[in-house]
Amino acid sequence: MLLAATHYPDWIVFFVGGVAILTGAIGVVLSSNPVHSALMLVLTLFGVAVEFVNQQADFLAAVQVIVYAGAIVILFLFVIMLIGVDRKENIAREPLKGQRPIAIALGVVVLVELVVIARFQQWATGAHSTAGSLSVAGENVALLGQSVFTRFLFAFEITSVLLVIAVIGAVILARRPQQVAGELTREEQEAKGT
Amino acid sequence: MTVPGAWYLGLAALLFTIGAVGFLVRRNVLVMFMCVELMLNAVNLTFITFARVLNDIGGQTSVFFVLVVAAAEVVVGLGIIVAIFRRRTGATADDLHILKG
Repeated sequence: MLLAATHYPDWIVFFVGGVAILTGAIGVVLSSNPVHSALMLVLTLFGVAVEFVNQQADFLAAVQVIVYAGAIVILFLFVIMLIGVDRKENIAREPLKGQRPIAIALGVVVLVELVVIARFQQWATGAHSTAGSLSVAGENVALLGQSVFTRFLFAFEITSVLLVIAVIGAVILARRPQQVAGELTREEQEAKGT
Repeated sequence: MTVPGAWYLGLAALLFTIGAVGFLVRRNVLVMFMCVELMLNAVNLTFITFARVLNDIGGQTSVFFVLVVAAAEVVVGLGIIVAIFRRRTGATADDLHILKG
């Protein structure tokens, strides 16, 4: 058993990461408390990072942990606390009758389609390595950096514009709006029980 | 011995499906948003898998850009959620059934 484990390290890492990913994903969907959903999301993101490492994408695995688990999930938790929904909700209640069975059926259809496409289609057989080979000598970071700063330089520059727009948009959205005459504040709504 | 790409693609398909079903089933806006993140991660996993299978750095570069765009998307999306739900109690999509200012 131990011998087998040393022969198939990739498989073991794959299955450990896969179990983490699927457990976390199902936990996100089924948790009645949004805070638990966010923590389950961290589990999934770590699992994805493990699968990245298993496929020699070292830099992106680090970025995945830092950006997703370190920044995005924290942002989610901040917002959950800020708008005060960090309590249990009744997820058994189904406001729109019959929507859940249809959604699950659609999900099964999507899954079957994806598996059938992946299994039976002839695809992705064009020219290899149009953006540069992955297996040349050198670090993963250096390869990725070369790719980003040569072939994808324009996209990289546009990305900076996108980030600036996102920051400005977030600041404007998060400003406290002027009190509109005749409109109730949240506290007044709560007091009236609406 | 490396794991064949098909296994990763199957795992990514499962993750994408769970994310899509979760987005359709849940009513809490924040959890729906997390399900979008699940789907983004599933696609990232396929990109990385194809980068390895086809021996092409382009897949990893795509994931790099997807990460950046996802970060920007989360910031703006959460800003919108905060702006909408600051005046209301609860955060379910059903609270937004009246399309008025």
